[in-house]
Amino acid sequence: MSDALEREWRRFTPAERIGRFVVYFCVVAAIVASLRSVEVIPEFLYDAPEQIGDMLGRMWPVAWRHYPEGVHGPLMDSLHIATLGTVLAVLMAVPVAFLAARNVTPYAWLNYAAKLILVAARSVNTLIWALFFVAVLGPGALAGTLAIAFHSIGFTGKLLGEALEESNRGTIEALEASGAPWLSIALKGYWPQLRPAFWAIVLFRWDINVRESAVLGLVGAGGVGMALDTALNLFQWDRAAMILVAILAVVVAAEVATTQLRKRII
Amino acid sequence: MARTGSSRSAFPPDWWARGAWIVLLAYLLYACAQLELTPARFAAGLEHGAKFLARLFPPDFKRWELLVKGMVESLQMAIVASALGTLLSLPLALLAARNLMPVWASWPARAVMVVCRSFHPVIVAILFVKAVGFGALAGILALTVASVGFLGKLMTEAIEEISLKQVEAVRATGAPFASVVSYAVVPQVFSRFVGFVSYETDANLRNSTMVGIVGAGGIGGTLFAAFQRFDYDFVCAIVLTIIALIMAGEVLTVQVKKVFKA
Repeated sequence: MSDALEREWRRFTPAERIGRFVVYFCVVAAIVASLRSVEVIPEFLYDAPEQIGDMLGRMWPVAWRHYPEGVHGPLMDSLHIATLGTVLAVLMAVPVAFLAARNVTPYAWLNYAAKLILVAARSVNTLIWALFFVAVLGPGALAGTLAIAFHSIGFTGKLLGEALEESNRGTIEALEASGAPWLSIALKGYWPQLRPAFWAIVLFRWDINVRESAVLGLVGAGGVGMALDTALNLFQWDRAAMILVAILAVVVAAEVATTQLRKRII
Repeated sequence: MARTGSSRSAFPPDWWARGAWIVLLAYLLYACAQLELTPARFAAGLEHGAKFLARLFPPDFKRWELLVKGMVESLQMAIVASALGTLLSLPLALLAARNLMPVWASWPARAVMVVCRSFHPVIVAILFVKAVGFGALAGILALTVASVGFLGKLMTEAIEEISLKQVEAVRATGAPFASVVSYAVVPQVFSRFVGFVSYETDANLRNSTMVGIVGAGGIGGTLFAAFQRFDYDFVCAIVLTIIALIMAGEVLTVQVKKVFKA
């Protein structure tokens, strides 16, 4: 009886505790090592409040009048880039997702090849894709659209593939048994099951792409970032502030729109 | 009634959906026209593309010292920013959780997160470069802001989904608020938080290689400079290294999540 009372109860097994300890230790070691060696010039930090005050002073008053001539056009371009990029990404991601889903494509090497494409597309940042496409196609919206599209393949393809793997066999088997061609199986078997996940993924990605399309211009790939880059290079902080306010408004509006649409569709 | 009797179709046409598809198609054509995207430009690009690819390979690792220095700085920035971001978002998420806090506390905290999340880290980095000068510090601060935005949101949602039974049980013993948090809230959300933080560290690692484009430290500056000097074989070396680092980071986070079963 007393044995049971004195027994020390622990939540985790020794192996779990060691694993956790190793992770904690490595995390702390990494933080300490980074803090000690990262090159930070403290003098700059003392100066920061003054510099921020100077920046805000230059930003105010915001150049609202600049909006119709210099901001509206590029801002709309950014939105078009985000939407076209998302659509293009989905068009390219759907076949890859079908190849990556184990239940649809029963060949392991094809699954791995498709997953490799998805990981590779995802690992290259949108801005790096943009640099590549600017080098190939020249500066402009085409480079930006393709950059958004190629980076988004990874994200949309991965999530669509996972959604496909979770689809129910029942309807698909029924269609197969009736001798339906593969297009009918895809449209009437997989698509109705995939539809909610599909729209959720597309909307989520579009929301991210709206944010990303605003910075593409910094490397010359079109959109509102180019206007921002120009304003910053000319030290026109009041115009830069106008552009930042416009980006903020669009991003918040996009987030509200996607949440509302998600509620409607799903 | 068209749907009764022999004329009943197994898949009746959904005119709303068809209309929406047509509207989408019309928009796409309009957007292409607005952006002046034409097949001719694309074809011209493909020609350049072949030349460009030829110049990318083989990658040039001769200036590996520059490469390693930039990558190490990016890594340090990502680690410090993730740590700072986690430290800041923990109290903020607790404040923003509507099931534990009154409205006057949760709304300001939520507003801070929305503002942090709205701007791309690279844009935030521009502002910090002006505020604290070129270098890693601006990058760290920019990534911290981004981390607070995303971690804060995810953590708030996790706290709002906890079971309130345990909170009530601890409160019934007369425990102070700090004990309620550490014994009723944290055990329910801890493994999910580990997942969020490792996800955010991954995201910070990706972005820390980018903020250098606007002068906020890390490998991005080297990459952008190499691009502007048409030094494409060095560009290839840098991009391959970045991909390797990001993939290594992804493998590592999967392992960490396994340890914590997140």
